[in-house]
Amino acid sequence: MKKGILEEYFRRNGKLMGWGLLLAVGFWVVVLIILPQISMLDFSFRNHLPPPEIGGPKDTYTLANYQYLIFGAQGNEEGYNKVDLLVFVRTLVAAAFVTILDLLLCYPIAYYLGQSKGGGYVRILVLLLIIPYWINEILRAFAFRIIFGDSGVINEFMLLFGLIDSPVDFIRANIALYAGLGYAYILLMIFPIYNVIESLDRNQIEAARDMGASWTMIHRRVVIPYAKPGISSGCTMVFMLSAGALAAPQILGGPSSLWFTQLIYQWFNQGGNWTQGSAYAVVLLVTCIIIVLSVMRLFKVNMGDIGK
Amino acid sequence: MSSGVGVDLENMWIKFGDFVAVRDANVNIKGGDFFSFLGPSGCGKTTILRAVSGFLDPSEGNILIGGKNMVGKGPNERPTALIFQNLALFPLMKVWENITFSMEVRGAGRAERQKRADELLEMIALPDQCDKLPSELSGGQKQRVAIARALCAQPDVLLLDEPLSALDLKLRQHMRTELREIQQRVGITFIYITHDQGEALTMSDSVAVMREGTIDQIAKGKSIYDDPSTAFVASFVGENNVFRGKVNSITNGHAIISTNRSGELRARVSSAASGTLKVGDDSMMFIRPEALNIAEKNSDTHNNIVAKVRHSEFEGQSYNVFLEGSEGKEMKMALINRGEARLYDPGVELVLEYDANQAVALPAGELASE
Repeated sequence: MKKGILEEYFRRNGKLMGWGLLLAVGFWVVVLIILPQISMLDFSFRNHLPPPEIGGPKDTYTLANYQYLIFGAQGNEEGYNKVDLLVFVRTLVAAAFVTILDLLLCYPIAYYLGQSKGGGYVRILVLLLIIPYWINEILRAFAFRIIFGDSGVINEFMLLFGLIDSPVDFIRANIALYAGLGYAYILLMIFPIYNVIESLDRNQIEAARDMGASWTMIHRRVVIPYAKPGISSGCTMVFMLSAGALAAPQILGGPSSLWFTQLIYQWFNQGGNWTQGSAYAVVLLVTCIIIVLSVMRLFKVNMGDIGK
Repeated sequence: MSSGVGVDLENMWIKFGDFVAVRDANVNIKGGDFFSFLGPSGCGKTTILRAVSGFLDPSEGNILIGGKNMVGKGPNERPTALIFQNLALFPLMKVWENITFSMEVRGAGRAERQKRADELLEMIALPDQCDKLPSELSGGQKQRVAIARALCAQPDVLLLDEPLSALDLKLRQHMRTELREIQQRVGITFIYITHDQGEALTMSDSVAVMREGTIDQIAKGKSIYDDPSTAFVASFVGENNVFRGKVNSITNGHAIISTNRSGELRARVSSAASGTLKVGDDSMMFIRPEALNIAEKNSDTHNNIVAKVRHSEFEGQSYNVFLEGSEGKEMKMALINRGEARLYDPGVELVLEYDANQAVALPAGELASE
């Protein structure tokens, strides 16, 4: 049976093309995805040792790295690693917040784009959404820093119109960070929803309207259930990417608010403690996956729907 | 049972920019009638339906439902329910939820809704299907669910936008009968849009034939077929042989037309044209394929045509004989299959005759394109 599938595959693609594809996909999946993750997992269970001792008698498996995340350094009087755990939770909550913000922002846009059949200017709108992404992510983050800065456009305007007396510190209040993250992933939210809504039969909306349904009712009962795969696909991507973002928090985050990825970065690059960093990264990844899967279960979305 | 709520269109115009979709429509639809708008695609019939249902407002004129002017009211404020061409069932709702959506909108409880759904499913002969999804139903079943969903709102007027067009022939014919039965059972006004004259003629009390935004004729199906008021109606509804020519004389409601290629022929002047069709006018004369017959001999009484057989087809209930008259004039004759062989060899010359009462003379006008 398995041989049959392979034979069929080679018959259809040819020997050369067939092997080429297999090797490329295999390389991508095994070397670029699976192996790094496994070595990361392996690292996370090892002791942090100076290079000469690696492979020596002290190089054993341990839970110390995970213990550190939860309980802090040995002899910690508080009992828990409050600082890092707080950063961890705050990152997840903020990522969820960014996701919800993006959803609220993008659903109406996606609905509008998907339902207006007026070709020309919809395409211009989509272009206007895409073009800003030609600009480098870091540049965009700095641009946000400038816009939200003490003497940035927003503060200047509000001062000019007398809405405020002194500049608002958007950076410290993390508003710049949320705005920057939200903006960074807007397209990843809009396009999956837009794709689904575009295929929604307009007559269904009119039928519901004909039967007296209000706009909220139409969205609650007709549009949102239909768009659910797109919504969950968008939310998953935005949540995962916000939780894993590094550049935006680095540039736009307030001085007192660390993102969990920044901790990981510190362990790897400043602390030189790869095993500890790996443990942190694994915890973040696994937690995000668990959250996404449970939310999907809660809203009755299948894995297959997300690919739609 | 109420006697039904009537619908009146008064001097209704609908324009999209410079394009006139509906031109000065005046229609009185009696309460409880099955009324059809028949016309080729793009003639404005769907636009009229959307105006009656409230999805768009006329540019001029009034729409009265039960005597009340509805212009400016939204689709949810009108006592109408629309069945869409593609039915527009909600794919993620079960059949009973689909059917009772209008009740859900009004905030009715689940038990009440399920009870009503059961009643309606009983009426459309689909019991025990309430928990299925629309995708699990056959074409005809979906059709009936769409009807039940529309009826659930207890509308005074049911609007149907070519709902049978997606079904195969057999089912379509079956659904015609069923729709008519449902209409008579619920006793409300049905307004039906179609380009299929068979549907319009079989189901309707009255038919309006439309051409490019204009209503050419409103009448009972039989009058539309036998006594068309314009050349367009004559050529669009059913098949017709057209003879162009000039009116030679008119006596007692019958005209002698000197046709361009087939000599002088006699025809009854259509009631719509009586008084307006004058001697010397350009005229079109229509003879239905089934009105033509084979004559014993050429008696030269203005209702004989000589033609050669080009080819003939056997269609089961009838033979279609395609003929060529003088100067290549094409004609079609339909002969009922009564058991004898009536397939003619190409080249055979026949003398055709017809009853002048079954031929219609009209002023020359635009024909329906095939």
